[in-house]
Amino acid sequence: MRPFDYQQAPDATAAVATVARRPGAMFLGGGTNLVDLMKLGVATPELLVDVSRLPLDTVAELPDGRVRIGAAVPNSDLAAHPLILQRYPVLSQALLSGASGQLRNLATTGGNLLQRTRCPYFQDASLPCNKREPGSGCPARGGYSRNHAILGASDSCVAVHPSDMAVALAALDATVVILGPGGERTLPLTELHRLPGAEPERDTVLAHGELVTAVDLPPGSHRRSAYRKVRDRASFAFALVSVAAVVELADDGGTIAGVRIALGGVAHKPWRAERAEELLRGAQPTETNFGRAAAAELDAAVALAGNAFKIPLAANAMVAVLRDLTGRGGNG
Amino acid sequence: MAELLASKAMGTSLRRVDGVAKVRGTAPYAFDHPVENPVYLFPVQATIARGTVSWIDTAEAEAVAGVIAVLTHLNAPRLARSDDAEYAVLQGPGIGFRGQFIAAVLAETGEIACHAAGLVAVGYDIAVHDASFTAGHPGQYTPGQVNGGAVPDTAAGDVEAALAEAAVVLDQTYTTPAGHNNPMEPHSTVAAWEGDSLVLYDSTQGVHAVRQTLAPLFGIAPENIQVAAPNVGGGFGSKGLPHAHVVLAVMAAQCSNGRPVKFALTRQQMFSLAGYRTPTVQHVRLGADGAGRLTAISHEVVELTSRIKEFAEQTAVPARMMYAAPNRRTSHRLVPLDVPVPSWMRAPGECPGMFGLETAMDELAEACGLDPLELRARNEPDLDPETGKPFSSRHLLECFTTGAGRFGWDRRSAVPGGRLEDGWRVGIGAASATYPFYRNPGNAARIAYGGDGTYTVQIGAADLGTGSWTVLAQIAADALDCPLEAVRLEIGDTSLPVASVAGGSSGTASWGGTIIAAADAFRKEHGDRPPAGAATQAAAPEDPEAGRYALHSFGAQFAEVRVHADTGELRVSRMLGVFSAGRIINPRTARSQFIGGMTMGIGMALHEAGIMDPRFGLVVNHDLADYHIPANADVGDVDAIWLEEVDLHAGALGARGIGEIGITGAAAAIANAAYNATGIRIRELPLTAEKFLS
Ligand SMILES: Cc1cc2nc3c(=O)[nH]c(=O)nc-3n(C[C@H](O)[C@H](O)[C@H](O)COP(=O)(O)OP(=O)(O)OC[C@H]3O[C@@H](n4cnc5c(N)ncnc54)[C@H](O)[C@@H]3O)c2cc1C
Repeated sequence: MRPFDYQQAPDATAAVATVARRPGAMFLGGGTNLVDLMKLGVATPELLVDVSRLPLDTVAELPDGRVRIGAAVPNSDLAAHPLILQRYPVLSQALLSGASGQLRNLATTGGNLLQRTRCPYFQDASLPCNKREPGSGCPARGGYSRNHAILGASDSCVAVHPSDMAVALAALDATVVILGPGGERTLPLTELHRLPGAEPERDTVLAHGELVTAVDLPPGSHRRSAYRKVRDRASFAFALVSVAAVVELADDGGTIAGVRIALGGVAHKPWRAERAEELLRGAQPTETNFGRAAAAELDAAVALAGNAFKIPLAANAMVAVLRDLTGRGGNG
Repeated sequence: MAELLASKAMGTSLRRVDGVAKVRGTAPYAFDHPVENPVYLFPVQATIARGTVSWIDTAEAEAVAGVIAVLTHLNAPRLARSDDAEYAVLQGPGIGFRGQFIAAVLAETGEIACHAAGLVAVGYDIAVHDASFTAGHPGQYTPGQVNGGAVPDTAAGDVEAALAEAAVVLDQTYTTPAGHNNPMEPHSTVAAWEGDSLVLYDSTQGVHAVRQTLAPLFGIAPENIQVAAPNVGGGFGSKGLPHAHVVLAVMAAQCSNGRPVKFALTRQQMFSLAGYRTPTVQHVRLGADGAGRLTAISHEVVELTSRIKEFAEQTAVPARMMYAAPNRRTSHRLVPLDVPVPSWMRAPGECPGMFGLETAMDELAEACGLDPLELRARNEPDLDPETGKPFSSRHLLECFTTGAGRFGWDRRSAVPGGRLEDGWRVGIGAASATYPFYRNPGNAARIAYGGDGTYTVQIGAADLGTGSWTVLAQIAADALDCPLEAVRLEIGDTSLPVASVAGGSSGTASWGGTIIAAADAFRKEHGDRPPAGAATQAAAPEDPEAGRYALHSFGAQFAEVRVHADTGELRVSRMLGVFSAGRIINPRTARSQFIGGMTMGIGMALHEAGIMDPRFGLVVNHDLADYHIPANADVGDVDAIWLEEVDLHAGALGARGIGEIGITGAAAAIANAAYNATGIRIRELPLTAEKFLS
């Protein structure tokens, strides 16, 4: 780990100005990912600007019914917040399925979104990795690829985004509020993270110095929503695949009026299952229709040597979640 | 038959005497020991698997403020002996595995040392390496002996002919992956030279073993080395002998201007420097007659060793004594590779071997149309099949019958896949457990009377968190026939009488037997009313019955698992182990050993697998986020009970050791339960979700 300086930002604007000016500066949230990467020699910032103590630590309803989550809200507080539990159960479930209690107490909303892949080749600085060292190669492709992407990968990178929270936010059509040196902008969450293409070193579309200040959730109740995480351990393990789904049934209960599905553990970003959604909208909530939609979504999936199982696993998990949400088990 | 010591303090569920200090964080572990003005060490590790260091540039590292020295093979002190390649640290430019030490930085703080280590520049002459373990590897060879000293191969009768004639034949291959011990406390050492004497605080399973190993390396008398290890945060075999980090710390302390050196391996470093369990490929063939009686047992094992130092896991050894069969064969072959040095991990041999054998027995039971428990009953030997000697005590079948009732074996569906509950397929399975009795020579204990009613009892034993501090005091109290409060136990230091390593589940029997002998000698010499200052030292007695009996512990493992019908995720909802291990000295600490072993068995069954990327010679999942061990949520209802028994042929203590048996057979019981749940037979550990996806 190389020596670095540390500052607490007085306010968001100052934090942005400082980081934008210094190529070697980085924002620090709870530090549960960044500090690990520093110890591993994967991240080598010269300056950490701590944004975890900025007054971005509240969850509040906006006048138009949206709910705004501050970037510094700890994951455990967010999961337990009454507004989230009541209106966005999928988000609370996703958060609680991630990491451990201790980590969730420290991890922030902004840091969780921007955490980096857990690809073991990325995390070991003695190995080649296009994401860490552009042009050095991707050993995951021909190596230990059990946890890697089946959708949207490129020749240069097959890493997956590890966040559970982000998958739920993708299914909720959340918006990210970003402060840059030139002012504020907003972005649909599904457009924040990138597919790797030829530039796997870029996880997101953010420019250096852009700070996530908040995440906004659309108004309304999303009670018929759920998160299912398939993992190797019953707790404290990243997803093999995960599914976040938000469903609305037509008043007569016979058809699906609205559906949003996102998959985790399958791609370089939270994967919105748009093809599946399209097939399901207006369809009857039957096992056959769920299966057809899942198959259509995964039609484009490409397996590596070690992760072919993720294709049927993702399909089964999607069907299971939709079955639970629309059957008698569905709450709402 | 030795005269048995009567139980008074023994047999009570005394709480750990060191528990309060550990909970409060005041019990010092190796790295915690306060020393004057310490220097911190951080190593540089090879990033190739084979070759030589062609140049190494330490200038930039040395220029960092706070760096005291940078050691490489060019300037490191010479060892007096370097014939053991694992210990020949920085003695030459050669690299035998990725992760080997090639330099070390000494600095004022650990952070400075770590930073500067990253600034050491290295060039290599890279040689072609081989880190690909396969059963068909052309380089495989037969070791001279396997761990524990047994012969590598055995044969009796005519296995091929018996298999050709058998009514039922089972012929399958089972594999277990590499396992990494990962005790909670990482391997750490504090080393200081005081003139020609060396003082060490080390996280070790045996202070005297450390001294004996280091003395010839540094060319000094063993008496000039003091090693203290009052508390050890687990070892599971990986601290049974010192590894290279101890040598490096001691060597560094020769270059630190007399200042003590502190060195703790990081979790990642432990994956290449602390030993691990070899992966195994086990070809098991069983032949049986129409009634399910075994006519042939063949267990042929291929596993790996490091090319620079041999370690031969005794995987097929339990197949030599578990079941009766006239025709038998076992063999071990080693594939030498450019990989870190494998070593002991909880129940070496029995642990992987009983997965292959006990899964095969479950398969054979089905092929014979027998209940798996009945198959064991039909193959119970009268004498030890390997040696022809009587067993000192063999209660395997009693373990099964006791456990079957308690666990609800009768609820097991005879047809696999028969139980679906809430989307989970539920199944029950069982397997035998076994572990041999070891009692190590070379122990001595000293007892001294304080005049105030207290006895000081000294032996250089170790407590790895297992409870030695507690149970040795219980044994001493009964041996001296005094109240427990009258015993002042001292362990974990080479200034005390010599003790064998806490390994092979031998500690309590070896040390306890020696304490009993010392107490006898003390009473003979000083009587029941000793004068203040009376003291006696005695060695463990010769066992008059040595070699007359086959001494082994046995057990029955039961598991209930749930396999998710949609995702294949497997959870262990219940486990019961019933053990026969001789006298139980302390039910509380014993239960914790048994359920700890079984829990580690859950890890072996479901999670643990070191993933070697042969292109790099590196275990790529080298941290605990990727190398999974069970989390609390993975461990359902795990219970252990035991038969009330005393082994009449295991010395005055009558106890056979309990540290390892709990892991043996556990993974097989879980895999057998998974088959019962799903009808899917998995012969390759671990039992991950994709193997049950249908
Ligand atoms: C053992 C382990 C297991 C885990 N398991 C899971 C799991 O199962 N599921 C899961 O989802 N996660 C898991 N995690 C990851 C955990 O969720 C993340 O580490 C955490 O969410 C990161 O948040 P943080 O605030 O600590 O981020 P930090 O480590 O502080 O920062 C992470 C990144 O975000 C940047 N950043 C931080 N805040 C902002 C901001 N406001 N704007 C712009 N950039 C910012 C930092 O510069 C850095 O690059 C696990 C982590 C560990 C160590």
